Amino acid sequence: MNIQSEIKEGIVRGGETLKQHRDRLMEATKRTGHYAGLRHMELRDEHPIHYNKLFSRLRAGVVDARETAKKIAASPIVEQEGELCFSLYNAAGDCILTSTGIIIHVGTMGAAIKYMIENDWESNPGINDRDIFCNNDSLIGNVHPCDIHTIVPIFHQGKLIGWVGGVTHVIDTGSVGPGSMSTGQIQRFGDGYSVTCRKVGANDTLFRDWLHESQRAVRTTRYWMLDERTRVAGCHMIRKLVEEVIAEEGIESYWKFAYEAIEHGRTGLQNRIKAMTVPGKYRQVGFVDVPYAHDDVRVPSDFAKLDTIMHTPSEMTIRGDGTWRLDFEGSSRWGWHTYNAHQVSFTSGIWVMMTQSLIPTEMINDGAAYGTEFRLPKGTWMNPDDRRVAFSYSWHFLVSSWTALWRGLSRSYFGRGYLEEVNAGNANTSNWLQGGGFNQYDEIHAVNSFECAANGVGASAVGDGISHAAAIWNPEGDMGDMEIWELAEPLVYLGRQIKASSGGAGKYRGGCGFESLRMVWNAKDWTMFFMGNGHISSDWGLMGGYPAASGYRFEAHDAGLKEKIANGEPIPFGGDSDPENPVWDSMLDGARIKRDKQAITTEAMFEDYDLYLNYMRGGPGFGDPMDREPQSVADDVNGGYLLRRFADKVYGVVLAEAGDGLLGVDEAATAAMRAEIRKTRLAEAVPTQEWMAKERERILAKDAGTHVQQMFAASFKLGPRFEKDFRAFWNLPDDWVLNEADLPIPSYGREYSMDISELPDVHTVQLVEE
Amino acid sequence: MAYTKAKIKDLVDGKIDRDTLQQMLSTPKDQDRFVKYIEILQDEVPWDDKIILPLGPKLFIVQRASDKKWVVRSFAGHDFCDWTENWKLYAKVRVRETAERMEEIYPRLMAPSTEWQVIREYFCPLSGDLLDVEAPTPWYPVIHDFEPDIDTFYKEWLGLEVPERA
Repeated sequence: MNIQSEIKEGIVRGGETLKQHRDRLMEATKRTGHYAGLRHMELRDEHPIHYNKLFSRLRAGVVDARETAKKIAASPIVEQEGELCFSLYNAAGDCILTSTGIIIHVGTMGAAIKYMIENDWESNPGINDRDIFCNNDSLIGNVHPCDIHTIVPIFHQGKLIGWVGGVTHVIDTGSVGPGSMSTGQIQRFGDGYSVTCRKVGANDTLFRDWLHESQRAVRTTRYWMLDERTRVAGCHMIRKLVEEVIAEEGIESYWKFAYEAIEHGRTGLQNRIKAMTVPGKYRQVGFVDVPYAHDDVRVPSDFAKLDTIMHTPSEMTIRGDGTWRLDFEGSSRWGWHTYNAHQVSFTSGIWVMMTQSLIPTEMINDGAAYGTEFRLPKGTWMNPDDRRVAFSYSWHFLVSSWTALWRGLSRSYFGRGYLEEVNAGNANTSNWLQGGGFNQYDEIHAVNSFECAANGVGASAVGDGISHAAAIWNPEGDMGDMEIWELAEPLVYLGRQIKASSGGAGKYRGGCGFESLRMVWNAKDWTMFFMGNGHISSDWGLMGGYPAASGYRFEAHDAGLKEKIANGEPIPFGGDSDPENPVWDSMLDGARIKRDKQAITTEAMFEDYDLYLNYMRGGPGFGDPMDREPQSVADDVNGGYLLRRFADKVYGVVLAEAGDGLLGVDEAATAAMRAEIRKTRLAEAVPTQEWMAKERERILAKDAGTHVQQMFAASFKLGPRFEKDFRAFWNLPDDWVLNEADLPIPSYGREYSMDISELPDVHTVQLVEE
Repeated sequence: MAYTKAKIKDLVDGKIDRDTLQQMLSTPKDQDRFVKYIEILQDEVPWDDKIILPLGPKLFIVQRASDKKWVVRSFAGHDFCDWTENWKLYAKVRVRETAERMEEIYPRLMAPSTEWQVIREYFCPLSGDLLDVEAPTPWYPVIHDFEPDIDTFYKEWLGLEVPERA
């Protein structure tokens, strides 16, 4: 018997199996500290022009594929907002380069490829030239189920040399509630269609069973199918590009490039850290509210009907050699809601942030990930240890926990004088207008307005944050055209305006968000709901700047607008300019109005002529508002960015009529008022340690809401160091204990959990320290 | 890439022109920025003690001239503590923990709910300048947000001599 004949040759170029290939690379990376053991980047160092030519051509082609493919989509989320991305991977599933767009998926699609490698997809179902795979499984790395991946292997002369992945954010995944980021479910089984690296096509053709099954798994069938064609077209364009590049530049050069580019990315990050930051330790924290103990949050299980707070402290350590470590000890446990995240989406999303300051390069790849140590304790909301967790709106806390990292990095940029890079934080990217039913074309439909791709930006240390401009998850943020949204949604615009006072105050204020007033029109059996922060502003402000404003909801039913319009009577238009002094409500006699802090709801019934306010949040501020240029405050009031009564209260600016209906500044009165405010501040403030003594008494007496106590108790359990530091800070006696079990609320999941890795024949890929 | 001291001063003053700002954002960083930046700030503060590292527009780690101790000092000249400690523990604080207090700075409904989140304002005890704002839940410890490794920063990253420290 010939033993050799029993050994099956692998599909990777050179004869390794995918698993052998990845294992060898990872071992060399670990042993040498250089990606794939590449102490020397031969192609880059000895043939730099050739290397850069390869990079430029591939990068341009990947961007071109995105721009071309997105025109195939009908969904405004893709076509208007650019919620798609294409990435090129080497054979081991590590990203070489990526297009513009939702680049968080550099990591998530790579995680899917790595999952296929670790679980021997090579043997079963097999990986062949011209195959097509689909994935949206959040338990193996995806952000949330509505981000659908199409993954295509790239072969050369019969051997696998890499992969290309394309992702779009689809409008609906068939979850319990309509819309891509729904709220009603509390477990993954309600999140909708979930596909785990499934082979959905061969010979460049999608299987018929896949097409039939997948289109009936979601509400928005047409968008779903055209989105898939978008992804497949982009992947095939990039595969063709790689084939052409190899034909012209040679396979050896391409092969070297596919690994050296990642080591280049890793060293590039280290160099940038040394060039831009200050070594040391940085600490910050993020929070967001989960207000589920409310009648308008209808979830299936009593144990989920709780008010809770999600909490993520972070410690960032920048070392002398330019390496860094991000430790999230003390973070909350995963919860019975849809705001959990996978370790890959949490870490990969951080690169989206970094590309906007620390690594603003075209070479976005997995190198930065290999250059960073992450510690995410197992069992936390961003590294769950239970396969039941839901993910559909993981962004609720992703954006709110990441915004704290801006503050840490910005302290370092500020210390060094790179003021242009300082960013007080990003907005909580909400509200998400979602819902569904039958639309104006009499079809089953779901809506998911992406207007909040244009929130306010945090202030910098040199100027105000940009208003209604961006969202952290898509660097090309765009609110979209009203006319397009009206085509996609049975909702007429009655107004769209800047949301006054939504940006955090400061020497430089946060950018303001905006608001749209929508009237339901020509819908049938229609529902909508709200999704955003309400009780908590997750964006703090920096160095004296204030947090952005938090959220609220406004909806009005049975408002009699049909008759009012027919009679030519006044109806609400424009924005809800000052929710403290509302003007719409008096026009809506007898209407059922909901105007409150309940910014997360589940499906509520809406009829034609009902109203819904979509309020997009602002960004946080920078520096003491007393140091703001007084004329800028007047300009803000004139422009609708600030309600007039806050000009003096917050900024100490006394406004005066300046003609033409505009306001100017009374300089002398302003100087006097600012001096007075500084005096008042000191009169009302107390030495911090005096305040601490009183706060300590409250802690000893357990004087705080159950939701606050639950947050601390859960963080203590998963983060012993967090508890130790808390106890030391407040000098608490040993007999002071805070256990979730003692609180008058259920805490299902506290003791019992079961991870996806415990399923038979499942090998998960761990990319962080736990 | 390098910029004149005048351009860096424009940046510090919030008056940088857009073209230069764009250049600063999109090209490799100017290595001499820190030295020019410190010189500019040193001219602006009303005291002569040497600035070691700026912590905010009105907060600095300085080398106190009288005893060479490194301390955290406000623009107005209040020395909070040793540079390794958390200066906020030695500041004056005002906590906004009622709806009425919150609505002084946000419109009703756009303010955080104080059973969930409070706002802590840390002031310079001399001037009343607002140096930092924290917005955590009740009970949250005062955050020691930055512990710089200044020796490594000066010596290894910038090639500068570390100023004397008593």
